[in-house]
Amino acid sequence: MTSATAATAAPLTRTPAASSGSDLAVDARGLVKQFGDMRAVDGIDLSVRRGEVFGVLGPNGAGKTTTLSMLATLLPIDDGEATIFGVDVRREPHVVRQLLGVTGQYASVDELLTATENLVLFGRLQGVGRAESRRKAEELLESFDLTEAANKPIKQFSGGMRRRLDLAVSLITRPPLIFLDEPTTGLDPRTRGQMWETIRGLVRDGSTVLLTTQYLDEADQLADRIQVIDRGRTVALGTPDELKSSIGGSSLQVQTADPADLERAAGIVQRLLDEQAVPTPEARRLTVALSRSDQAVDVLLALREAGIAIESVAVAKPSLDEVFLALTGHDTHDNDDNETSEEIR
Amino acid sequence: MTALPIHSSETAVSISGLPRHVGLQATVRQTMTMAWRATLKMRRNLEQFFDVIIQPLLFTAMFAGIFGGAVAGSVDNYLPLLIPGLIAQTVLTACVATGTQIREDMDKGVFDRFKVLPISRVAPLAGPMVADMIRYLIAGVLTFGTGMVIGYRPGGGVLGVAGAILLGVVAGWSLAWIFTWFGTVGKTAQSVQAYSLMVMFPLTFLSNAFVPADTLPGWLEAFTKVNPVSHVVTALRDLANTGQVTAEVGWALVGCLAVIAIFAPLAVRGFTKKM
Repeated sequence: MTSATAATAAPLTRTPAASSGSDLAVDARGLVKQFGDMRAVDGIDLSVRRGEVFGVLGPNGAGKTTTLSMLATLLPIDDGEATIFGVDVRREPHVVRQLLGVTGQYASVDELLTATENLVLFGRLQGVGRAESRRKAEELLESFDLTEAANKPIKQFSGGMRRRLDLAVSLITRPPLIFLDEPTTGLDPRTRGQMWETIRGLVRDGSTVLLTTQYLDEADQLADRIQVIDRGRTVALGTPDELKSSIGGSSLQVQTADPADLERAAGIVQRLLDEQAVPTPEARRLTVALSRSDQAVDVLLALREAGIAIESVAVAKPSLDEVFLALTGHDTHDNDDNETSEEIR
Repeated sequence: MTALPIHSSETAVSISGLPRHVGLQATVRQTMTMAWRATLKMRRNLEQFFDVIIQPLLFTAMFAGIFGGAVAGSVDNYLPLLIPGLIAQTVLTACVATGTQIREDMDKGVFDRFKVLPISRVAPLAGPMVADMIRYLIAGVLTFGTGMVIGYRPGGGVLGVAGAILLGVVAGWSLAWIFTWFGTVGKTAQSVQAYSLMVMFPLTFLSNAFVPADTLPGWLEAFTKVNPVSHVVTALRDLANTGQVTAEVGWALVGCLAVIAIFAPLAVRGFTKKM
């Protein structure tokens, strides 16, 4: 970081995890946050390995933002313990802040300043020299495709531009760990895709990313591992594939022109995928669970070869609602009345 | 479990060299950066200068006309008493805006961003306050200017007046910590303003700013004696009217330091706790 302040460095108290060469960027045990009567976070463990993208998935009010805020030293930890690269979050907040870049749920850049001014401000605050801040600002604006808007006030920015600038601001000092709190909530699909590319780029450059999201799709696209949380507790943890297979992946729904073909079609699927297809004769429909989406093509080709006329086809992905239903036995809407608890201000 | 892309060589994180606290030098630099941010905002919102421009013009003429005859026999006799008092009052009014501004600023997402940066906890508060010294300076200069237009002839000369304005600015920065504290603990900008006015009015009017303190009832006079604003006003009069750096100037600075010592830690505490 800064050479000027490095003189004040003193030997740090390292936790046993750090001295034993732990490969964890984030290690939290039994985190608790209480807001009045409500336990927003109720004993969450979180382990993020160095260099991975770790996704925290859950509906509004699940405690995602609160958990991140505690890890980022924004909120006091009521109970439990947490370390970032082995540094205790509670005892050494200043050191933890030097290891972190945080991009908030709401674009937390200065609205009244231009993009360049924002980048220079955050660079200067973190001990980067005036000329160097300007140079880095230019560089970041270029790589985030914001050069044209460099001297516009943020007020005139679109949602996607704001998020990109917000992320750029976190990257001025190249922190080894980046928190992204719902990086694409409220963005249109095209901008969301761009943001995903940007995040993938970060990981290629060696950063560790902890992101929260409400979208299963987003966690699936970006995360190496996903932790599903609900009502302040962990309900599942695993790779996207593990998670999806635990609740069933996509499904193919085929409607045959002739109801008499249904049984024969089910037999073809059975031979092809070794998977029991579920016929719904009333709707002339056959539902096939898919472990990979391209199996849909195999099924359709096999049906065509067998001379079965198909009237309509649909591939359905499991939604977050279904994931929740499968994992918790209740759906995400049960949480709607707790929605405000996610907001910490 | 699928293989994870762990680039352990690229992600080696060196922790041992990182400072555990923010040094004084870094704190000052961060405060000045925050002040720079505040001046950028001022330039984009010139309304922030209305109070310190209008109030000196209006209040100086008004107070001189209303109280001059009653308090000192004539407007000319009253001006040497009034102008330093008005500087204190105008600067204090400007301080109220400082606190309200900080409340409004803290409601924005960017303040959360400041909190997660490895920077001094004082800088986000002290920075805007440093920038607001520009406003106090405008208030001081205009109050003297208006006074001189209506007949005030400060006996302290140019140096005395410059010293008085400087003291006014320093006192403003110090007393602003009271209102900044309100800003960090108040719920809304409106409530901060309401509390601030309730404190600002007694501080200015229960002082020797507008009338000689010995004309007040005993208990009020006792309060004016411990009110730091009284000491600031007396020191301003000594500087502006005689050009002398008297013991009162020292007491004024001691009062300012006392206010900082009490309210700056409270403000920082309010700032770090407020979520």
